[in-house]
Amino acid sequence: MSATPSFFQTPSPPGLTGIKAWLLTHDHKRLGLMYLWAVLFWFVVALTVGFLIRIELMSMGRTIMSAEVYNSAFTLHGVIMIFLFVIPGIPAIFGNFFLPIQLGTDDVFFPRLNLLSWYLYMIGGLLALISLFTAGGFPDTGWTFYVPFSVGTNNNVSLTVFAAFILGMSSMLTGLNFITTVHRMRIKTMGWMQIPLFTWSLYATAWVQLLATPVISITLVLVIFERFFQIGLFDPDRGGDPILYQHLFWMYSHPAVYVMILPGMGVISEIIPTFSRKAIFGYKAIVASSLGIAVAGSLVWAHHMYTSGMSDVAVFVFSLLTFLVAIPTAVKVFSWVSTLYRASIEMTPPLLYGLIFIYLFSVGGLTGLVLGAAGTDIHVHDTHFVVAHFHFTMFGGTGFAFFAALHYWWPKMFGVMYNFKRAYLAATLATVGFMFHYVPMFILGLKGMPRRYYDYLPQFSQGNSLAAVGGLLLFSGIILMLVNLVLSLRSRQVAAANPWGGCTLEWSVPSPPPLHNFVSEPRVMAYPYDFSEIIARESQGK
Amino acid sequence: MDKHTSQHLMPYHTLALVLGTLLILTAVTVGVSYVDLGIFNVPIALTIAATKVSLVLLFFMHLKYEGKAIVVSFLGTIFFLAIMISFTFWDVAFR
Repeated sequence: MSATPSFFQTPSPPGLTGIKAWLLTHDHKRLGLMYLWAVLFWFVVALTVGFLIRIELMSMGRTIMSAEVYNSAFTLHGVIMIFLFVIPGIPAIFGNFFLPIQLGTDDVFFPRLNLLSWYLYMIGGLLALISLFTAGGFPDTGWTFYVPFSVGTNNNVSLTVFAAFILGMSSMLTGLNFITTVHRMRIKTMGWMQIPLFTWSLYATAWVQLLATPVISITLVLVIFERFFQIGLFDPDRGGDPILYQHLFWMYSHPAVYVMILPGMGVISEIIPTFSRKAIFGYKAIVASSLGIAVAGSLVWAHHMYTSGMSDVAVFVFSLLTFLVAIPTAVKVFSWVSTLYRASIEMTPPLLYGLIFIYLFSVGGLTGLVLGAAGTDIHVHDTHFVVAHFHFTMFGGTGFAFFAALHYWWPKMFGVMYNFKRAYLAATLATVGFMFHYVPMFILGLKGMPRRYYDYLPQFSQGNSLAAVGGLLLFSGIILMLVNLVLSLRSRQVAAANPWGGCTLEWSVPSPPPLHNFVSEPRVMAYPYDFSEIIARESQGK
Repeated sequence: MDKHTSQHLMPYHTLALVLGTLLILTAVTVGVSYVDLGIFNVPIALTIAATKVSLVLLFFMHLKYEGKAIVVSFLGTIFFLAIMISFTFWDVAFR
């Protein structure tokens, strides 16, 4: 390990010790780690709930829970996964830790605001927990809180949507911090076209966070108002419009899926060139596609509503617009694959997770076209096909990108290396489990099995049993992966400053980095993915 | 990179002038509400409101004196808001 004291040994502000050095910290790296443990906690909770849902559906009739508990369980799974894991996961952990370092600076622009964002995240999570056990228990509405049911149900909708409101504030403040940091804190020698792609993706994401989150925030407040004061905004009995709620909800929640996936794409854009020892194919095209996805992704929200009763003109327009998003997304996938073509590929756990991401995400993206086309969507709307598509993009996509990021930057964050064999085994188990878990859902959906139903007809038994076996493998693989990472903290096999041969700035600082990130003035390369020096050094080493 | 770091101090008389205009426009809003202008009721109320918002943004919130990045960011926000509202009419106007 480096002789330079790491951020673990140097509190910020100075003089703080013990738990205070963490709970009152202004250091973006400590905050990144605080998010890491909190996000992982929620991830394991939601993963377990998801696993229990799958056990319930393993056989017909009641298996382990009642219908009411089942309704709350899938809502809980969705709310935690979306608001507490997938949305904040990559930006809050890896963005906080690495965005300032990749920009050659010592912190984010608003360090105190960054701490406030973490507290808001924790308060939001705590409120979600409290809502489980108070005033009617956790909502049974699904994570979408659709009216008029969410306005009429006796469960604790108000507190849960308030928790989501608080989490939205946390997300917005993080986005604001990142945008300002990119503009105002970037090292002077780094031009826009020298910014690493992970940071570019966070920048595009931050704009979506900042522009779209207020819409959901105010909508959730309106749901609370509707519940308490019966205003009649969404309730048709009072002259309200329930479809208006769906518009407002998806105005945020569709761009939010790009908040979820864009940082994941940024991670993959870092990993692929590093382990290909080759400049990324189409750097500028990837930058443009990140911004393109952020813009185009904000124009397509109503493709969730083809069967809601909105006008046919809207169905036509939003279906057409939806296909536009496929273009920048495909630009990225083709760029990654082109980077791998004729490259000097070195297989490592982060790359394996990255490759799995490309495959699973491509399947997710292509099945999205089935749903984007109004004709086919009418048939599979609200079936298990949608569940499978969504999980292929959000779990196979963002989830596996998150795992890839964990394995890629873990040595940098903690200064220790994990066991490769266990990492490969975990990735294989999780992927095989993933396929057996979700592919049957595509088939079940095409055969007409609705989503969110507690029970099903006998013809759906086989698919559900198979999905349960896949779920078990998937669950085991992920737990093994997490155990492997945690064990590395105990075995303390020291990691080098640049164990992978990366060339973005985080690999030029010690592992773990010192408090102010750089011990000397960072040297910004003319092109952020120029591996010539790394390759020359490696050839000399041989 | 954005190098705009200096602060702009507003003279009191400018602030007072803007405040006075806002108060007058508020009075106009109230006054106009008593006159039936037919289909122009809503457009006129919105025009007055938009003028007031612009004054607050330009002077009280210093947008008039900010750098390009802030102005572009603000216009981007307006653009997205306009999309969100106008695209909803693909549904509402054709039901």
